[in-house]
Amino acid sequence: MITFSEQSEKQFQDIVSRYPRKDAALLPVLWLAQHEFSVLTPEVRAYVAQKLDVSLARVESVISFYTMYNTGQYGTCHVQVCRNISCQLRGGQEVLSAIEQELGIKAGQTTEDGRYTLSAVECMGACGGAPAMQINLDPYIENLTPEKAQEEIRKVKREHNH
Amino acid sequence: MSTIISHHFGNPQAIDIGWYQSQGGYKALEGALKKDPSHLIETVKASGLRGRGGAGFPTGLKWSFVPQNTGKPIYMCVNADEGEPGTFKDREILTWDPHLLIEGMIISCFALRSNVSYIYIRGEYRYEASRFEQALKQAKEKGFVGKNILGSGFDLDIHVHMGAGAYICGEETSLLNSLEGKRGYPRLKPPFPAVEGLFQCPTIVNNVETLANIPFIVSQGPEAFRKFGTEKAPGTRLFAISGHVSKPGVYERNIDINLLSLIEEAGGMLGGKKLKAVIPGGASSAVLKADECNIAMDFDSLAAAGSMGGSGAVIVMDETTCMVRALRILTDFFAHESCGQCTPCREGSAWIAKVIRRVEAGQGTSAELDMLFDITDNMKGKTVCVFSDATAAPVESFITKFRSEFEAKVKTSSVAVEGGRVLGSQKILPTVV
Ligand SMILES: Cc1cc2nc3c(=O)[nH]c(=O)nc-3n(C[C@H](O)[C@H](O)[C@H](O)COP(=O)(O)O)c2cc1C
Ligand code: SF4
Ligand code: FES
Repeated sequence: MITFSEQSEKQFQDIVSRYPRKDAALLPVLWLAQHEFSVLTPEVRAYVAQKLDVSLARVESVISFYTMYNTGQYGTCHVQVCRNISCQLRGGQEVLSAIEQELGIKAGQTTEDGRYTLSAVECMGACGGAPAMQINLDPYIENLTPEKAQEEIRKVKREHNH
Repeated sequence: MSTIISHHFGNPQAIDIGWYQSQGGYKALEGALKKDPSHLIETVKASGLRGRGGAGFPTGLKWSFVPQNTGKPIYMCVNADEGEPGTFKDREILTWDPHLLIEGMIISCFALRSNVSYIYIRGEYRYEASRFEQALKQAKEKGFVGKNILGSGFDLDIHVHMGAGAYICGEETSLLNSLEGKRGYPRLKPPFPAVEGLFQCPTIVNNVETLANIPFIVSQGPEAFRKFGTEKAPGTRLFAISGHVSKPGVYERNIDINLLSLIEEAGGMLGGKKLKAVIPGGASSAVLKADECNIAMDFDSLAAAGSMGGSGAVIVMDETTCMVRALRILTDFFAHESCGQCTPCREGSAWIAKVIRRVEAGQGTSAELDMLFDITDNMKGKTVCVFSDATAAPVESFITKFRSEFEAKVKTSSVAVEGGRVLGSQKILPTVV
């Protein structure tokens, strides 16, 4: 059986107190669970449902509506490259191709070791610094060129290798 | 020119409440707390402030729809979902001047007699949210947020609620469902949120930039605000300029600045190329051809030209831009982001995207281009929210205004469309759309 750590449990109580109804806390509690357990596995999903007194179906249905909850479809390092218009006007396609090359996968795929997932995402709100990407939930990396993008990926690879 | 919102952008000190106060920060709040809440609503009404989130609805008027004395709590929700392609201005406020937003929120809540406010921040803005939270913590410590604010007897809690990746949650009723821990499906209106919104209580949803105007309006007065902009659309706007300009970024200018001057202010055209087209108010607004760009950027002038001010996102395209590919990027976006509740929107957006992809690949026909107008006709005014109408605007305007480019693709192109999510072929158009 999984449970929140003591610190997460405290955060959970704090989150729930912000809403007049417990079930309203579902989105932030899913974030909290994802932060603690990395992946929202069936077990984690059931745990969240039970903590908030909502049905498992409700939890599943909410998770599937949003793109950022990870039920295992994303690797530990989620590289998100903007594919929308302002980035494409400034060479976003070339940046995406360069990253595909560096990771050896296409957008929408995960490396075989399960480490890296590459996604082409919709506008991130960084169009003034186009082309842009985000790795996991870190601050955006902007004004990319194919070379700079590959360098960023190599940097991440180095960090992940020890 | 002087500014209302952006004077602290780029200044790392502004996040510090001591510094913000030394610049006169939270003085507007002190003054406001001594006034009658309904008087504040009248002030905002008199300023003529219109919403900066997309629809341009008069803010004071919206506030006056909130019924007092229902016995229910009143909620104030701040829309920081910022997902409209081309839009990146609220992020600047969250990052550089969160205290300005917080001060605007507190004053607005006091005016509305709301004791709880949620700010809905898109999930990807984790860093921006941390800046806001840092400022919020300081504001609480100073007694600007919490119980009995500055001895006024007014209580206010402010909570951050992170989104999780869904463009549609920027639509205000979708945002409310998402705040209630549900799928972000837009709600049928009426009832409007002002009467029945969050947890079935009276609720106001306002954009970040809208609320950042409030401290100026209540401290300097409506007349000072009306010195900017036009009679029907006073004030400034944070124009987020992207695409083929030399210096993309957020520029606060009078709301009625001429579009060509705005492009000049953003450094002019990148590489001195010729202007081809501009999307003036985010992906949901109709495109303007170069010869239509000698136009004022206020809501009414753009509406008269068949487009809209929308979110203030100005996407500039030069002569090298392939309009078929540009539209395909937008139609892919709409197909991806339709929430799927309404048949015309769900089926229409997917169908359009498919056709445009075929056209781009040189497999479309001229008749299909005409058929797209039948599809968009069936998408307008028939759905729960205006996302469906917003899908139609770029499709109709791109094809009408750049028909010959689409026709040329129909006959000659041989670009292969890759399946799945990867965009187009990089072989043919190496550097730009
Ligand atoms: C599909 C769709 C997406 C929207 N996205 C946003 C958004 O990201 N941010 C925003 O402030 N308003 C957005 N809006 C507009 C909101 O519905 C609402 O009008 C606005 O938040 C009201 O605030 P305002 O009056 O201060 O502009 C969107 C509307 C639609 C139809
Ligand atoms: S119009 Fe589209 S986005 Fe809006 S509610 Fe209907 S299906 Fe959802
Ligand atoms: S289009 Fe890429 S961040 Fe907006």
